[in-house]
Amino acid sequence: MITIKELKKSFNGFEVLKGVNLIIPENKVIFIMGQSGTGKSVLLKHIVGLLKPDSGEIWFENKDITKLSEKELQKVRRKIGFLFQEGALFDSMTVKENVMFPLKEHFKMSKAEMEKVAEELLSVVDLLPAKDKYPSELSGGMKKRAALARTLALKPQIVLFDEPTTGLDPILQVSILELIKNLKEKYNLTCVIVSHDLSLAFKFADYIAFLHGGIIIEIGTPEEIKASTNEFIKKFIESALL
Amino acid sequence: MNFFSLLGRGFLKILSDCGGIFLFFLKSLIYSFSPPYRFRLLIKHMEFIGVKSWLVVILTSLFSGMVTAYQVNIALSKVGSQSILGGVVALTLTRELGPVLTAVVVIARAGSAISAELGSMRITEQIDALKIMAVNPIQYLMSPRLWAAILVLPLLTAIADLVGIAGGYFIGTFLLNIDPGLLTARMIDMVELKDIMSGIVKSIFFGAYLVTVCGYKGFYASGGAEGVGKATTEAVVISTVGILVSDYILTTIFF
Ligand SMILES: Nc1ncnc2c1ncn2[C@@H]1O[C@H](COP(=O)(O)OP(=O)(O)OP(=O)(O)O)[C@@H](O)[C@H]1O
Ligand SMILES: [Mg+2]
Repeated sequence: MITIKELKKSFNGFEVLKGVNLIIPENKVIFIMGQSGTGKSVLLKHIVGLLKPDSGEIWFENKDITKLSEKELQKVRRKIGFLFQEGALFDSMTVKENVMFPLKEHFKMSKAEMEKVAEELLSVVDLLPAKDKYPSELSGGMKKRAALARTLALKPQIVLFDEPTTGLDPILQVSILELIKNLKEKYNLTCVIVSHDLSLAFKFADYIAFLHGGIIIEIGTPEEIKASTNEFIKKFIESALL
Repeated sequence: MNFFSLLGRGFLKILSDCGGIFLFFLKSLIYSFSPPYRFRLLIKHMEFIGVKSWLVVILTSLFSGMVTAYQVNIALSKVGSQSILGGVVALTLTRELGPVLTAVVVIARAGSAISAELGSMRITEQIDALKIMAVNPIQYLMSPRLWAAILVLPLLTAIADLVGIAGGYFIGTFLLNIDPGLLTARMIDMVELKDIMSGIVKSIFFGAYLVTVCGYKGFYASGGAEGVGKATTEAVVISTVGILVSDYILTTIFF
């Protein structure tokens, strides 16, 4: 479980997060939704310590992540995976080498074993034919899937997905989310998914949280969100159903 | 804003840059002593720096050696002691030109590439991706490069010394008709091991310095593709000027 308390962050005097409070329950799929530029990516980056807040706390396993040193953060990061919005693949390595990278760094495996694990992961995201390509030779959606395979390689307990389905075709969107859901069941994952896609959220989320104006304005099950009386959420749902 | 506050601000910026660069160097050095040891990356970066630069090092030092011999000959012929030409050329090269030219060539060839590569890794979040996978990015990206530069620069400098002296010898014997035996004998008399070593020690310092500056500028680049370009330019300018200034300081204090 991760507990975020009164998280505030400004960039050059512009306040993006204005006191975010959020509890991320274990073994659930929670969607974070909100308009472009409201700070969803910024929020996720605080959870893995890539950004330090101006004030506020993030509690994980009885530690405040915002106060940890880089060395202590490394331990936390072994447990929390992060899928970057733009993939952030290493462009000096092939797709397969990218997926093998975290294995090389953290597990004592033979090269053959690592290749086997990497190829399994790549076949799960339907990218095996492109395993020897470099990131610059991939489409946006392929990059995202390769990055997903790399994120899963470390077998995290909690995975933060920054728009895992944006830019994919509808069939792939659903299959990626089904994959996430299966992995969640299989490994008891906690999944935090940032997405703009309401219908996917309604289908796959246990909870949906709305980030608006620098705070979480509402969090609830899909049913509760559908019945929300909040003006912004009503408008969001209406626009999505157009 | 008045002139003095601008001046003060510039000065503060330089100071904080210096502090940042020094800290970056210390981190790269200290992390290199903690596992995992990255020998493969070390070899890869040594190859990168060496292969990118050796040909240019040979060309620049050859012609520098030749032109130095030519110029020195003009001075020496006025006092009629042309036989020490070889020694003067060798001293100039081993003590000064060898390490400095090599460092400048490596900055242009490899330093700029390091800065651009790390800069683009920064803006495409690849450095953050390393952190996320619980890999220390300075230890992964910088420590092997630091040692690669420290090991390769002396080698390149030795090549530069050798080729430059050969160029001077060629000019002296073939064009200026100085007796080869005399030229060589005087050269061996004049050049001591400590002259050669002073140049080599300098080159170790230059290697550590240039790779730290170029790495630092790229590592902390911001502002998209334009920012990477700016970081690379700054890296090349700061490291080149720094090499020339520190060369003077090192020479007057230590050697
Ligand atoms: N490193 C940074 N420096 C300055 N401003 C930043 C930085 N990162 C984010 N911001 C600002 O913070 C705000 C939120 O950005 P963020 O990337 O979190 O949006 P988002 O909700 O993820 O949007 P999208 O759905 O388009 O990805 C934006 O206004 C952005 O300009
Ligand atoms: Mg975003």
